[in-house]
Amino acid sequence: MELTVGAEGPTWEDGPLTVTDFVRYQGASGDMNPIHHDTGFAQKAGFPMPFAVGMRQAGVLASWAADWLGPANVRRFKVQWREQAWPGDVLTYSGAVTALREEAGQRLADIEMTVTRQTGGTHLKGWATFVVPD
Amino acid sequence: MDTSIEGNRGKPFRMVVEEGKVREFARAVKSSNPAYVGDGPQATSPATFLASASFWQGSESSPWGDAPLNWERILHGEQEFVFSGPPPAAGTELTAEARIDRVYEKEGKRGGAMTFVELVTEYRDASGAVVAESRSTIIETSQAPGS
Repeated sequence: MELTVGAEGPTWEDGPLTVTDFVRYQGASGDMNPIHHDTGFAQKAGFPMPFAVGMRQAGVLASWAADWLGPANVRRFKVQWREQAWPGDVLTYSGAVTALREEAGQRLADIEMTVTRQTGGTHLKGWATFVVPD
Repeated sequence: MDTSIEGNRGKPFRMVVEEGKVREFARAVKSSNPAYVGDGPQATSPATFLASASFWQGSESSPWGDAPLNWERILHGEQEFVFSGPPPAAGTELTAEARIDRVYEKEGKRGGAMTFVELVTEYRDASGAVVAESRSTIIETSQAPGS
């Protein structure tokens, strides 16, 4: 695979998000925190409604990166959450290569990724390292 | 939060990377990649799949001990997964051990102390080699983040 610094993966759009999307992830991951599906609980905590499970979007971002650079090639995947995502949000997944290097005889690509809300706000930032496929 | 939990370790627990679970997880994170949802046992699993370790991790395996967690005030700030090779294939039996690596406090931007807890889980294969590591940063705010 030919990769250069600055090369971008094909952008993905996901949404509008629904509470069903959150529940599906919660069932698959075992994280049943009610703040993501129980309106009464979310409101008691001061939120207008349940909000998206951060790890779900981290997972979607990992799916995005795996489709681009290959599922077996990921060696490091890190995310930091910024503002929350809400039901109805349409999220855009994007990222680019920030560095190419060699380590222990393997070609590695560092990438930086962003998940952006339709408002322009950043939902999460991500960083990953992939072995560069031949 | 009780900062003496730093250094706590949970009892090691077994986790099997199961084919159906990988498929379910991949679908929940919007993947249609045949590596995860195609025919046959998967040769690798999604990069965040180990987030489902909670299905295998009983309370004895949790390093939190008796430290109370107030879910209304908890934020997941950061999450990292590191792999020594491809993420584990379906059928792999892993032995995992979770520990509280670090606990520290910071003053929040809008006042009030925030407690940061770094939780690390190491996953070893049958040979004892660490094949994956999960590092989570959990933040406890002094008031509900929504208020």
